[in-house]
Amino acid sequence: MIKKIFFQSIFFNFFLIKEVFAAESGGMPQLNPEFWISQIFWLILTFGILYLVLSKLILPKISKNLELRKSQIQENIEAAEKQRESSESKIKEYDEIILKSKLEAKNIFKEAREKVLKDINQKKEVLDKQINEEIKKAEQEIAKLKKESPDKINKIAIETSSVLVKKLIGADVNNSSITAIVDDLSKKNGNKYYGN
Amino acid sequence: MAANPMTQFEVYRIGPEIKIGTFDISFTNASLFMVITSLAILIIFNLGSNKKSILPNKIQLMAELSYTFVSKMINDTAGSKAKPYFSFIFSLFMFVLFCNMFGMIPYTFTVTSHIIVTFMLAAFIFIGVTIIGFMKHGFGYLKLFVPSGVPIVLLPLIIVIEIISYLSRPISLSVRLFANMMAGHTMMKVFGGFVISLGIVGGWLPLSFSVALTGLEILVAFLQAYVFAILTCIYLNDALNLHH
Repeated sequence: MIKKIFFQSIFFNFFLIKEVFAAESGGMPQLNPEFWISQIFWLILTFGILYLVLSKLILPKISKNLELRKSQIQENIEAAEKQRESSESKIKEYDEIILKSKLEAKNIFKEAREKVLKDINQKKEVLDKQINEEIKKAEQEIAKLKKESPDKINKIAIETSSVLVKKLIGADVNNSSITAIVDDLSKKNGNKYYGN
Repeated sequence: MAANPMTQFEVYRIGPEIKIGTFDISFTNASLFMVITSLAILIIFNLGSNKKSILPNKIQLMAELSYTFVSKMINDTAGSKAKPYFSFIFSLFMFVLFCNMFGMIPYTFTVTSHIIVTFMLAAFIFIGVTIIGFMKHGFGYLKLFVPSGVPIVLLPLIIVIEIISYLSRPISLSVRLFANMMAGHTMMKVFGGFVISLGIVGGWLPLSFSVALTGLEILVAFLQAYVFAILTCIYLNDALNLHH
């Protein structure tokens, strides 16, 4: 029902188009050419001004704003990237420094160790020398003593035997004969007593 | 008298009659709404472009979103070659959109519901696109009427059809917008009239229709502006990148 009335009204409106030029009431006002020139004129005027102002003043500003924002964001990203790179290089630098100092410390330690070892060796050598010398000395002394001791023993033996003989026999015996006997004995048993 | 749904489209003179020669260029209600539309666009976009803040405020965000919307639309349909025509298409889209939207306010006048206005816009676009096409490609632009890969037997028929379709572009473009706006506003007026005539008892049904139609018409207002702009882009694309 509503649709029917609606379409009827539309239909009648189109039907009345023919009469538009004759009778202005009814019909489509759009097809009344009375104000066509005026509408064209004002359209050109307003749209022309709108176009000129938009294209010359406003749109460049908006595009500049957008560009500015884009470039600013880009710049910020670039700055962040740069800072990241610099911090990375600094980390590398620090790593290098740490590595270097570690190496240095190692070297110093090594050097010190070597020095200490050298010192120790030197001292050891000196000590060894001294010890050797002392040993030599002692050996020499021992050798001397060894050499001397049979004579002394012989002497003692001679003296004792002369005293003993004197006491036993009651007469002095020629010392030289006793000496010969002791010497003979000691030469016979020398190997037994001293090992040489 | 308010019952006639077509009275809303009537143009009447505001102020004195102005004449240049034999032409009547008086200031009318249509002119008034053209001026209001242009001023509204200029004020809104001027406010939206004045501040150079990195974080946009609401109006700036709106201006920049419409800028990128139109720019993306042109880039998608006509390619990067259409960049010099960006401001024209932007103005066109905004003008049609604001005219349509202003028409949705009760007791206002819809500029785009007049065939002469839409036809002038469409004719300007048609002539401009044709001139651009001939300037870019010379007589090679006529290749537009000869699609590739068509059997020679069918060629005469196809060429005639292509020429007719090309010549009817301004008509289809203007009538599409004009008829949509007029039909929508007429329908709303008719349903509004039913609310009055059916009164408190039966008026609720047409009233609910009217409310629904208002939403639909706002959608149509945006959609028609978009279609108008995108068809302009497509015609421009034909002229700029000839790929028949």
